[in-house]
Amino acid sequence: MAKKMTPRTPVREQDPLERATNFKEVCLGYNAEEARLEAERCLNCKVPRCQSQCPVHVDIPGFISALAAGDTAAAADVISRDSSLPSVCGRVCPQESQCEGACVLGVKFEPVAIGKLERYVGDWAIAHAEERRVECAPRNGRRVAVVGSGPAGLACASDLARLGYEVKIFEALHKVGGVLVYGIPEFRLPKEDIVAREVDNVRRLGVEIETDVVIGRTMTIDDLLDREGFDAVFVGSGAGLPRFMGIEGENLNGVFSANEFLTRANLMHAYHPESDTPIFAGRKAVIVGGGNVAMDAVRTARRLGAEAVIVYRRSEAELPARVEEVHHAKEEGIIFRMLTNPVRVLGDENGWVTGLECVEMELGAPDESGRRSPVVKEGSNFRIDCDVVIMALGTSPNPLIKSTTAGLETNRRGCIVADEDGRTSRRGVFAGGDAVTGAATVILAMGAGRKAARAIHDYLTTDGAE
Amino acid sequence: MFKITRKRELAPRITEMRVHAPRVAASAQPGQFVIVRVDEEGERIPLTICDYDRAEGWVTIVTQSVGISSSKINALEEGDAFLDFAGPLGRPSDLLDLTDEELKATKVLFVAGGVGTAPVYPQAKWLCEHGVRPDVIIGARTKDLFTYVEEMQQVADVYLATDDGSAGFHGLVTALITDLIENRGHRYDRCVVIGPMIMMKFASQTTRKYELPTVVSLNALMVDGTGMCGACRVSVGGETRFTCVDGPEFDAHQVDFDEAMRRQNMYRNNPKTDPATHRCECGVH
Repeated sequence: MAKKMTPRTPVREQDPLERATNFKEVCLGYNAEEARLEAERCLNCKVPRCQSQCPVHVDIPGFISALAAGDTAAAADVISRDSSLPSVCGRVCPQESQCEGACVLGVKFEPVAIGKLERYVGDWAIAHAEERRVECAPRNGRRVAVVGSGPAGLACASDLARLGYEVKIFEALHKVGGVLVYGIPEFRLPKEDIVAREVDNVRRLGVEIETDVVIGRTMTIDDLLDREGFDAVFVGSGAGLPRFMGIEGENLNGVFSANEFLTRANLMHAYHPESDTPIFAGRKAVIVGGGNVAMDAVRTARRLGAEAVIVYRRSEAELPARVEEVHHAKEEGIIFRMLTNPVRVLGDENGWVTGLECVEMELGAPDESGRRSPVVKEGSNFRIDCDVVIMALGTSPNPLIKSTTAGLETNRRGCIVADEDGRTSRRGVFAGGDAVTGAATVILAMGAGRKAARAIHDYLTTDGAE
Repeated sequence: MFKITRKRELAPRITEMRVHAPRVAASAQPGQFVIVRVDEEGERIPLTICDYDRAEGWVTIVTQSVGISSSKINALEEGDAFLDFAGPLGRPSDLLDLTDEELKATKVLFVAGGVGTAPVYPQAKWLCEHGVRPDVIIGARTKDLFTYVEEMQQVADVYLATDDGSAGFHGLVTALITDLIENRGHRYDRCVVIGPMIMMKFASQTTRKYELPTVVSLNALMVDGTGMCGACRVSVGGETRFTCVDGPEFDAHQVDFDEAMRRQNMYRNNPKTDPATHRCECGVH
């Protein structure tokens, strides 16, 4: 039993003070020896709770035992049956509330570092992509269009290509990857070394990708089906328009959405002196919100030299961000002001932000989400001096596809209505990811893309086969 | 890559380019814009579509060199290509919603200023093709700065105004609007103003006096241009709207121009975008 009590293998990270001044990856990952050591901790449970908690049901004990046996290639094969983006998911999945949260070892000890192991295997597969055989069914002559090159679109496209379909992805931006390139920062998910390589792997399957095509504007869904000759369409167009609070002073200069701030930094590389795109993080930046996007924005502001503060209306226990991100943010010197809610952005005579007026909150009765809802402490108004305010409050769906696709049903929030397998109200049109669920996770989007690929295959081999 | 098939200088620092972009040309409508990028380090820059030909697959843009990115654009030559050219973006002009009957009963006045003249052209041309000839006021500081006058005269009745009196009406476009309505008996049902923000603000104040329904086309700062970032937000009638998906045209009498002007200058003193502080070896500046 001694082996089972081995503590979790620590993962090497960049020093917090050093990394707070650069955009290089925080976590350095396991090497082969560390990965094997950690893999040996797995109890290989008969009923693997980790696997059932994974949104795409990766055979976790399967890949870990292959790793423990020293066969990384076999581990990569096991993962690839269920996940097309292991390097990405190993880095950005909320493992503590999924696989690792269910790990039996976690009851008395520390759970197996499943995420770090998945990352190790994914990175190994990227490094050995050239020599690994890609199995694709012969081309079947049917064509599928995929809207959006984020995790949902990439996963859907990969699976369809393997099944023999001719797949073309249309991406609105100039770069491929969706949220993986515009949203998640370099220090959590390297763009060239990881995202671009995962995209290469999708291209290697024969998937064609055209950038600068905004579906809903450049072409409509109907154009794809009628004019461009696609037999089916998958819509993985992602989240959408950033939300603001609707408080006074929100349009002052120096107030940004987290989407804008992160897009400037991640997609446009504005932190790089050679990039023409400007970014302004100020001397002191206050980020409003407590999710992963808020953590990404606050840590980006910190790296750009600002004193960076999180303002969140509930307490730390309710922070929706991953525990690891909150931990990393704290290590980097981010200030957390919990139970605080903005009521007004203050500005000077030139229209620039000078501060944020906030109120203190306390937790009342639980709301429908089960979380205790925050209540304003009357008369507790106070001011935080700052020159930048970044709103990280989530998004509402982009209206472009909805408003240009007749007969495509959307719900009251504006999300596309799709069944579990991604079928929408329009024949031949499938959807998945944030466009359907609202802002969620990379793994859920990827899972939705894969389910839709199977549903598209069913459709094109049965009723849509003509 | 999106190749530049024709380039001509319209006025000092104002350049017209015809760009091969068949997908954009196929869907373009008057009032819409594109987002362009010159090179890997380049900004995403929104530019209004000034003309298009679906059959030949080209779109025309007009750019005035004011900062790093617009100067980079204007440094491109015939045969060069844009790295990215995405669109058409934004909503088409409201004029397109009118039935032929309604169009016949509608007299439209366009007020164009500076680099805003070219974007008026596709709208005036569209009206002309639909059997109604609009009036177009074109304003410039001096006669050498006029652009698109001949093109416009093909499709509209054109009235010129110069600040220095070197051509046409001596005075600002606002005074010419007043002159046409009060002294020359012109009657209008709609007005569309496109030009520098300050000109749009004052032209809108003038048309408000005549209760003339007016729209302006805003050239807000943008990053993605598809609704994702919110950089382009503008207050219209007290509500925050996104120029890229809700606009770029808005009811001029509801727009908070002072806020819009302030937001447009957000990065003015930023070393990356301000030509006064920018020093580079690119040979453009």
